[in-house]
Amino acid sequence: MCDVCQDLVDPKETKLAELLAGYAGQKGALIPVLQKAQEIYGYLPADVLRRVGRGLKIPVARVYGVATFYAQFRLTPMGRNVLRVCLGTACHVRGGAKVLETIEQELGVKDGGTTEDQRFTLEIVACIGACGLAPTMMINDQVHGRLTPDKVGGILAQYE
Amino acid sequence: METMKTLLDPCCERCTHTPETPCRDYIRCLTAGPLCHDDPGCRAKRSGLLAELRPTQGSEEGQQILVCAGTGCASSGAHKVVSALEGELQRQGLDSEVKVVATGCHGFCEQGPTLIIEPAHTVYTLVKQGDVAEIVQKEFKEKQRVENLLYQDPLTGQSAATFANIRFFAQQTRVVLGNCGFINPERIEEYIAHDGYQGIAKALQEMSSDQVIEEVKASGLRGRGGAGFPTGLKWSFCRQSAGEKKYIICNADEGDPGAFMDRGVLEGDPHAVIEGMLIGAYAIGADEGYVYCRAEYPLAIKHMEIAIRQAEAAGLLGNNILDSGFNFHLSIRAGAGAFVCGEETALMASIEGKRGMPKVRPPFPAQSGLWGKPTNINNVETWANVPHILRRGAAWYAQYGTEKSKGTKIFALTGKVNNTGLVEVPMGMSLRKIIFDIGGGIQNGKKFKAVQIGGPSGGCLPDEMLDLPVDYDTLTRAGAMVGSGGLVVMDETTCMVDIARFFLNFSQSESCGKCTPCREGTKRMWEILDRITKGEGKEEDLDTLEHLAHVVKETSLCGLGQNAPNPVLSTLKYFRDEFEAHIRDKTCPAHVCAALLTYTIDAEKCKKCGLCARACPAACISGDKKTPYVIDTEKCIKCGTCLDTCKFGAVVRA
Repeated sequence: MCDVCQDLVDPKETKLAELLAGYAGQKGALIPVLQKAQEIYGYLPADVLRRVGRGLKIPVARVYGVATFYAQFRLTPMGRNVLRVCLGTACHVRGGAKVLETIEQELGVKDGGTTEDQRFTLEIVACIGACGLAPTMMINDQVHGRLTPDKVGGILAQYE
Repeated sequence: METMKTLLDPCCERCTHTPETPCRDYIRCLTAGPLCHDDPGCRAKRSGLLAELRPTQGSEEGQQILVCAGTGCASSGAHKVVSALEGELQRQGLDSEVKVVATGCHGFCEQGPTLIIEPAHTVYTLVKQGDVAEIVQKEFKEKQRVENLLYQDPLTGQSAATFANIRFFAQQTRVVLGNCGFINPERIEEYIAHDGYQGIAKALQEMSSDQVIEEVKASGLRGRGGAGFPTGLKWSFCRQSAGEKKYIICNADEGDPGAFMDRGVLEGDPHAVIEGMLIGAYAIGADEGYVYCRAEYPLAIKHMEIAIRQAEAAGLLGNNILDSGFNFHLSIRAGAGAFVCGEETALMASIEGKRGMPKVRPPFPAQSGLWGKPTNINNVETWANVPHILRRGAAWYAQYGTEKSKGTKIFALTGKVNNTGLVEVPMGMSLRKIIFDIGGGIQNGKKFKAVQIGGPSGGCLPDEMLDLPVDYDTLTRAGAMVGSGGLVVMDETTCMVDIARFFLNFSQSESCGKCTPCREGTKRMWEILDRITKGEGKEEDLDTLEHLAHVVKETSLCGLGQNAPNPVLSTLKYFRDEFEAHIRDKTCPAHVCAALLTYTIDAEKCKKCGLCARACPAACISGDKKTPYVIDTEKCIKCGTCLDTCKFGAVVRA
């Protein structure tokens, strides 16, 4: 391949090909492969599901079945930051719903929605295991605890 | 020969241990060695490194500041405190004498970030960056405590300086959590310095597989994940199954809302889980294992990955471990977000790369589990108990607990209680003691109403049940269960109908859909409860609910469906009057269910400031400087903003 053609290859494609090659023939590879493919693409486009099926020799129907069963997998593009608001028991009891309401108003989206500027995807989850600081939310891998509706704006502003 | 940098380094060229050429005495040698030769120089090197890792009171060696960097404290700013401490120690010229260690969870989440000064054992709570300079100066230069930063008991108002004086810790028995908060979970040598891997060393050197199983049976350990099945017996089923290839799995898919003890153990003491699994694998005859951890716990996964790599490098995972001929390989699988995968057969389907749906049993996993091979699953806390049993003996372990529930149990204490956090107590302690002594009672002086125990599979218990001893059998009889150990405390402002609806909403959305009773039944139950909270409940609803609950319980395929009705049945049993108030009087006694509330303004108390009218999102409050404000109840959306805004208490909610 010449230098010009090399530039035309999507680096994500190369990463996916490497990923599939690395897991070829391994038992139980589907879920880890989908997790890593989602890290590469940010979500799981239909074409990626098809290529994962071909690469692991699994019918694409089963790949789709798995991708839609687990909450972690997304078939549509996600925002740059994923905001998971916890509504587990402890957060529910300590007023998580009010915090969620404020976030929904600030962002103008509901559960599963992504803001128009692609800045946030909002998800409601049941327990992120930081119950001692309820109510809580998690933005990407960062946990924010002891929330009150008036703290929300300041925290959201920290994320581009 | 280079000098020893870490405890794991060879003391001199006479030490030949590597993963490829393992030495059977390796673990004992690290803490009591060298054993194969007598050399005062080698001995001094080892004991010097040990002293640094095991600080003793009054000694200048091993001075450290242990900062809780578990997920809770990290979100409260622990990492900023760590860097501030490091900077301050350098500034005061103490950085070579005093180490700052980011540890796993101390358990006192409510008071985080917390730090412990060793060897003095002083505990500081709610530490801010600004406190750091004073703490370093007083503790290490003046050898004094910073009195005004110590924890103050909310009940007595007195300050307490050490774990032994803080009621939250003083009444606990920390066995499984013993290392959490005291060692650096990212360094295997700290675990080894605290007697780590001695259980597996003892098993491999002195005991047969059957003897290990007998020891675990004799300890009385029962599964900590919920069902409470005797662990030793479970192991023996898998051991007796025919077949060369067997698997063991650590269930770290801790999905119960309100439970985070497994997260605490994985983040704070990951090697304890690995050692427990090694002992189990040796007893059962398995050579491969998985840790299935939920993806929501990134720090737990990170610490476990580091721990596995270190154990492999030390020759404690892999082939011919400690020259015993025993092989064991361990890997991690991250869950992908499905509560039902906490069920054994669904979890195994997920590891196989399938949709996580439970299977009909029999065959049981012990006969045909992962990839059709005999498989044994235990949860994190169960595995982490095992090294203690092997090291200290079954009799030692069995001294804790009740006749049929032995040992200690970790509870995640949350909700409307003063001291939230992780609490480890002997089985059989009363709920009242856990909530009111250790937990410090109810927040803001409110009245206790219920404690929800055991997550979506458990139940809500009222005040009159609080003196029950917490053990597997007593709680099941009361209509709740130990479950994974989540304790969510509720006060008078919690509506029990709303709570029942909350749990059914959780169960119906997490139902995998394979069996009809769970898929349809939980949804119908949720619909009825939702109607009741909206004031549309009918007199016959409660009978229908109870009937449905029993059908779902008796006919569902797996534990999720079989236990999903428990929160409804227990609230109906103990709080039936609240359901009746919603249905008959169309009122919510706890003032939670929005549709049943009315907001009015007390004209006497109204100062006519107009704050409420400006804040009202529905623009349904009218009035002016001369006439008291009134709420148009027809237009009111019952959001409660006016109640929160009014400074004179003029808004009345009924």
